[in-house]
Amino acid sequence: MRLLSTKATCNSHGQDSSYFLGWQEYEKNPYDEIHNPKGIIQMGLAENQLSFDLLESWLAKNPDVAGFKRDGKSIFRELALFQDYHGLPSFKKALVDFMAEIRGNKVTFDPDHIVLTAGATSANETLMFCLADQGEAFLLPTPYYPGFDRDLKWRTGAEIVPIQCTSSNNFQITETALKQAYEEARKRNLRVKGVLVTNPSNPLGTTMSRSELNLLVDFIKEKTDMHLISDEIYSGTVFSSPGFVSVMEILKERNDTDGIGNRVHVVYSLSKDLGLPGFRVGAIYSENDTVVAAATKMSSFGLVSSQTQYLLSAMLGDKKFTRNYIVENQKRLKRRQRMMVSGLQKAGISCLESNAGLFCWVDMRHLLHSNTFEAEMELWKKIVYQVGLNISPGSSCHCTEPGWFRVCFANMSEETLTLAMKRLKNFVVESTCTQRSALFNGTSKRKSLTKWVFRLSSRDHREQEER
Amino acid sequence: MLSRKASEDSHGQDSYYFLGWQEYEKNPYHLIRNPTGIIQMGLAENQLSFDLLKSWLRRNPDIVGMKKDGLSSLVLDHEVISYGELVEFMSKIRGNGVKFAPEKLVLTAGATHANEIMMFCLADPGEAFILPTPYYPGFDRDLKWRTGVEIVPMHCSSSNGFRITSSSLEEAYQKAQKLNLKVKGVFVTNPSNPLGITMTKTELYHLIDFAIEKNIHIISDEIYSGTVFNSPKFVSIMEVANERTSNMNNVRNRIHIVYSLSKDLGVPGFRVGMIYSNNEMLVGAATKMSSFGLVSSQTQYLVANLLKDKKFTSKYIEENQRRLKRRKEMLKSGLRNAGIRCLKSNAGLFCWVDMRHLLSSATFEAEKELWMMILCHVGLNISPGSSCHCYEPGWFRVCFANMSEDTLKLAMRRMKAFIDSTVSVVNQGKGCTYEQSVNAIRELRSWQMHGIRQIIGDHSDIGDWPRGESVTHAFRVLAVSNEER
Repeated sequence: MRLLSTKATCNSHGQDSSYFLGWQEYEKNPYDEIHNPKGIIQMGLAENQLSFDLLESWLAKNPDVAGFKRDGKSIFRELALFQDYHGLPSFKKALVDFMAEIRGNKVTFDPDHIVLTAGATSANETLMFCLADQGEAFLLPTPYYPGFDRDLKWRTGAEIVPIQCTSSNNFQITETALKQAYEEARKRNLRVKGVLVTNPSNPLGTTMSRSELNLLVDFIKEKTDMHLISDEIYSGTVFSSPGFVSVMEILKERNDTDGIGNRVHVVYSLSKDLGLPGFRVGAIYSENDTVVAAATKMSSFGLVSSQTQYLLSAMLGDKKFTRNYIVENQKRLKRRQRMMVSGLQKAGISCLESNAGLFCWVDMRHLLHSNTFEAEMELWKKIVYQVGLNISPGSSCHCTEPGWFRVCFANMSEETLTLAMKRLKNFVVESTCTQRSALFNGTSKRKSLTKWVFRLSSRDHREQEER
Repeated sequence: MLSRKASEDSHGQDSYYFLGWQEYEKNPYHLIRNPTGIIQMGLAENQLSFDLLKSWLRRNPDIVGMKKDGLSSLVLDHEVISYGELVEFMSKIRGNGVKFAPEKLVLTAGATHANEIMMFCLADPGEAFILPTPYYPGFDRDLKWRTGVEIVPMHCSSSNGFRITSSSLEEAYQKAQKLNLKVKGVFVTNPSNPLGITMTKTELYHLIDFAIEKNIHIISDEIYSGTVFNSPKFVSIMEVANERTSNMNNVRNRIHIVYSLSKDLGVPGFRVGMIYSNNEMLVGAATKMSSFGLVSSQTQYLVANLLKDKKFTSKYIEENQRRLKRRKEMLKSGLRNAGIRCLKSNAGLFCWVDMRHLLSSATFEAEKELWMMILCHVGLNISPGSSCHCYEPGWFRVCFANMSEDTLKLAMRRMKAFIDSTVSVVNQGKGCTYEQSVNAIRELRSWQMHGIRQIIGDHSDIGDWPRGESVTHAFRVLAVSNEER
């Protein structure tokens, strides 16, 4: 008899994709300024490490909160026992206020409609469990965060059907693409339960336009059993114009005359804005009472530690702090993005113009030797092993065009970023020279290139087996 | 519009276990503000040793304030910071009879999450696990709801102290076969909730033999392992698995432990649970699934440092067990005073109480009535055995570690008063008509009336609210109590 379940033995957790493989390579040979200066620089991790000092200084000024005290009295017992899946009321209030602030207070959220979950990972899976039965599908615009293949599909049995977006219009969602995806689902006999978008986008780093949002709302308006999930985990990382427009704002503008407020749900988390992924703080927001009720019960499987809820209720409740934090954090992100964009420019590499996120969507199509995903993989391996940068290839994000890469800029020091850009520039210069001299010298150089590339591929093949 | 899972009832949250909780929430006991309110005895929490934890916190402000290592080192979620300390603590609780390896541990947001992950990893939808009854009501949700896995109950009886036998295991297996359910394993809680007893070595051998014979898994939820306060000492299934060398037939690969700090340390709010297994593939799959409910790194950091303090953990384990033992004795003697016995227990935060002699008939309807009466008239929220899927009516789980000593004493006094009035009815052979009873009830204090009417009104759809003899009996008791007032 089969020892483990189908879920445990299959591959649909997606963790054998290059997204995770590059991560593993980095773990084996991580860059360290002093101990390992030739190691691989991690640029595949969308973390925000730019504003810890602000959090640390708040903690230093408010020692009682981490110490389980409220107004000088210990509330350790209360917190240790608190496992109510409705969440700590003071935390929910502080969280919805923070969410409103990030949206320029153009929308407000009701704390009774928030469900706390252990991170957005848990929130997204929970929403799938609530909205889709096994074998039903959600449409997702490509490119999308590789983790969704696991988070949305693995244990839920739901399917993802991609909405193909292309560089021809900066990867924006079009009505044609939406309809095509819906048709594709129908051809595969999949019942579509809705659309899930990430706004601001991962990996694009762009905010969705009003017209895109209205397009989506119109789309689900027609089909009465379809939902719209807007994962707004990066909403606090918008550092330049156009500003962030949440789908909730669109609903408000439309006065929700279509009555679809019941089918629009927002996912949020503090992992990107506050840079606290370890604290596992995520949330589902929905006006649909049944969804809130079911999701609340399901949150039992991933509650937020009461210790963490309390700490953050105090931190986010400090409005002076949050206002300053949001502004300063965005300033630092903007600066970092500029650093990367100019560093890439010096290497003759351009990226998609972005105004949010912790990464750039980088165009390396001109460095491919052919317009194929094989060529993209070869280039990626060169960059990981030869240049020593772990970046994420577009294919791992299901991008339809080869040659795009997601490169993160907020999870390292300025010096490290500068070094990474220098390495990249050297690589581009060398490859160009090599190409030129190969053309000049004829076959010999080409042969050595081919052999070298072959060696890389076979090494990877062996490693694949060892995994 | 929504999924089947979201719209259906199999999250089990409409059972009596949760109803009693709701009634308590409406009218909770408080020494000053609400001295006639309902005392919560249905919550298996350990509130006895917070002072020990608080004093540790006071001595370690830098850990608590996250100043020692700086925030940046612990907010990123790919840091593993407490596995070594956790396995050492687990080992210590088992009297160091077993050694655990940190790489075989998977951290999860509470045992609730761990148990669900085990189901996702070991069984496909429609497959089944055998569970000895009585069992923790939450399992109906945790093990079945989103996983689609079935539970096949294995009925244990008071005739042998609710122990697991080879024949009852085989019987459950056969029942599953008849229902066309593929059994993937047996799931036990050791020490048992709600029984409060540790499994004997014989029982553990039976389990392992059974798992070998049928080629299935054993999951041992050892969440109460640190609450063993009396002999016989706790024997983990891992210990037995390691001892036996013959005929083990790879079964070591199919034995898994679930643990949590919620009961031993009394910190359910912190969501610290774990899976331990020798099966590498399982550990791999479970680790990936744990992404859906990781432990807050802030909490991991605190726990790692707390458990690193070996002097503290030794003292804590010993003192905590001493206090639990004392409390249990208090409950046991208080009940004995009222002529009520409980199953002899050596662990847990509750007693398994025998109230069969108070039932008007050996039926679950009578058990429901008794439960309602104790809830509304005595003012104690205890858990009826039927909510734990017990096969015999009349057993109740009564918790003793989630209140102060004074509150426990009050609860016992109320119980005694209630029993005395029941006994006086039986002795006097007094009877009255249903109408007379109803009139008597009308004279009761309004909150009692309201309470009972509410419950009858709200939950009349849950089974039939019985009429006839059993009701007459219940109202008889109330009528007499009213007269005595």
